[in-house]
Amino acid sequence: MEFHRRGTSTCIFPEMPVVVAAASVVGPREGEGPLGRLFDMVYNDTLFQETSWEKAETRMLRQALDLALAKAGIDQTQVDFLLAGDLLNQIISSSYMAREYDIPYVGLYGACATMAEGLALGSLLVGGRFARYVAVASSSHHDTAERQYRYPTEFGYQRVPTSQWTATAAGAVIIAAKGAGPRVEAVTVGRVQDYGVIDPNDMGSAMAPAFADTVWRHLQDMSRKPDDYDLILSGDLGKIGVGISHRLLLQKGIDIESRHQDSGLLLYEMKPEIGAGASGCGCIASVFTAKFWPDLMAGKIKRMLLVATGALHSPTSCQQGESIPSIAHAVALVSETA
Amino acid sequence: MTKACIREREAYSRLSEDYRPKRPIVRNIILAFVVGGLICVVGQFFLDYLVSRKLAPTQAQAMTSSIMVFLGAFLTGIGVYDKLGRLAGMGAALPITGFANSVVSPAMEFKREGFVLGVSAKMFQVAGPVIVYGSLVSVLVSILRLYIFK
Amino acid sequence: MTYIKAFVVGGVLCAIAQFILDITKVNPALIMVSFVSAGAILSGLGIYGPLVKLGGAGATIPLTGFGHTLVTGMLEDAAKMGWFGLLTGGLRAASSGLTAAILFGYLMAVLFNPKG
Repeated sequence: MEFHRRGTSTCIFPEMPVVVAAASVVGPREGEGPLGRLFDMVYNDTLFQETSWEKAETRMLRQALDLALAKAGIDQTQVDFLLAGDLLNQIISSSYMAREYDIPYVGLYGACATMAEGLALGSLLVGGRFARYVAVASSSHHDTAERQYRYPTEFGYQRVPTSQWTATAAGAVIIAAKGAGPRVEAVTVGRVQDYGVIDPNDMGSAMAPAFADTVWRHLQDMSRKPDDYDLILSGDLGKIGVGISHRLLLQKGIDIESRHQDSGLLLYEMKPEIGAGASGCGCIASVFTAKFWPDLMAGKIKRMLLVATGALHSPTSCQQGESIPSIAHAVALVSETA
Repeated sequence: MTKACIREREAYSRLSEDYRPKRPIVRNIILAFVVGGLICVVGQFFLDYLVSRKLAPTQAQAMTSSIMVFLGAFLTGIGVYDKLGRLAGMGAALPITGFANSVVSPAMEFKREGFVLGVSAKMFQVAGPVIVYGSLVSVLVSILRLYIFK
Repeated sequence: MTYIKAFVVGGVLCAIAQFILDITKVNPALIMVSFVSAGAILSGLGIYGPLVKLGGAGATIPLTGFGHTLVTGMLEDAAKMGWFGLLTGGLRAASSGLTAAILFGYLMAVLFNPKG
C-alpha cells in the first residue's frame, strides 16, 4: 500500500482539497483594528445581544459558519463533518454551536492552534475521500477567556508587556473535494514541545519552539526553502515569540524573516494594554479568513504556509507550577492559479 | 520531561530572555505613587470631615474605611476601577478601594452563575486570602506581643 | 499639610508594593496578602502606630492599615478579657470595612453587569 507521506511528519495530497469558502466574525475592538473593514461581520458590543459572553461566543461561531456555508453556496445537509474548537473548558462554545446543526461533529482542542488542527484534519478527511464537504470553525472571546484563565474582567490589575490580548473573533472555512479556491497541498502535524516556560503571561516564549520545530520539519519533509512560500503566517506568537522563533530557525540555518507575518501582530494597533500582541483561537482564524484567504483567491499570494501555535496549559496546571507544553500545526496552501 | 532536557531548557531560558521586554518599572512606580497617594488624600478628606463633626478618632477612621469601600465598589460597578488598576497597578490595588474592587469584581462577574454559588461564593476569591493571612499573622503577632516580648 | 503627609505616606506604600511586584513578578494577590501581613508585623513591632499618627489616612487606607487594625483590635480586647481577646478583637475592629465590602459588593453585583 502506498502512503501519501513525506519525511517525518508531513502528509501530501494526490488530489488536493479545496478551501471553497471562508468567513469571519469579530468583536468591536477587532473591528477598529487595521483589518477592520475586511471582516465579514463586526459586532459593536461584546455581548452580541446575548445574556452572557459564553453565549455571545457561541453566537459568533454560528454566525461565522452560516456565512461560510452561504459563501460556499451549500446547505448544511451536504456537509459531512463539522470540526470546531475554542478555548473554554469542555469547548462549550463549539459544542453548543454544533447543537444548532444537523452535521456530524468532532470537537477539537488545540488552544490557539485549533484552526490549523481543523484545517489539517478536514483536509485529510476530504483528501482521503471520507467527506465531500467539511466545515471547520474556531473562536475565542476576550471576556470568556479572561474570566477563565485570569481574573474577573472588572478586576483592576496591570497587564505585563509579555502578555497577549485574547481576540474576540471567530472564523470558519469550508473544505471541499472540488471547486474554486485555494488548494491544500500538504499538512504537517506538530509535536508537543516544552522548554520549561512557566509564566502563563508569556505564551510567545512558550510557543516559539513548537513553531520553529514544525516549520523546520515541514521544510525538511517537503525539501523546500522559506522562499518557496510567498508568506509564512504564524498564529499568535506575538512580538516576543516572533523574535525567538527567528533566532531558533536561524540556528538551523533557516531564515524566514522576510516571508513571515504573525497574525497576533496584525489584528490590533499595538497599544501597551495589548502587550505582545493578539492571541486566541479566533486570532488566526479571523485573520486568515478575512485577509489571506481572499489574497489566495485573487492570486495575490501563490503559496503560503499557515502555522498556528497553541499553548496547551490550563489554570490548574499553571497553579501547580507545571510548565507550558505547546503545539504548532502547518498547512500549506496554493492558489488556484499557481 | 521527554524531549527538551534540562540543559536545553536552561539554554532556551537564556536565549528567550533577550527578547522579553522589561517592565516599565520607573513609570509603574511613579503611577502607583501618584494614584495611591491621591486615593489616600480622598480618604484623608473624609477623615478630617468626620473628625470635624466631633466623631471619635477610631469611629471616624472606621467610617472612612467604609466610605472608601463604597467608592471602590461603586467605581468597579460602573466599570472604571479596572481601568484605574490597569494604569496604576498597586497604586489602585493596595488602598482599601482596591480591596473593594477585589470583592466586587468576582461578585459581578459570576452573577450569571447564580447568586449563591456565583456571586457569594466567588466574592472572596482574592479578598479571602487577605482576610485569612491578615488574621493568622495578627494572632501570631499579638501572641508574641502579649506573652513573649512583653 | 495633613493632605501632603497622607499623599506621601500612602503613595510610598503603593510604590513599594509596585516595586516588589515588578521585581519578583508574582501575582498581585500575593502582594496584597503580604502587605496585610507586613502591616500586622509592623504594628506588633510598634512601628505602624507612629506611621498612622504621621500619615493619617495615608497609613490607614492601604492594606497594611488593615493588618494594623487587626492587631490593634486584638491587643485592645486582650487587655480587657485576656487571651480570648485574640479571637474577638481582630474582626471586631475590622468589622465595618468587611461588612461594608460584603454589603456593597453584593449590591453592586445586583445593580451592575461587568463590562469587560
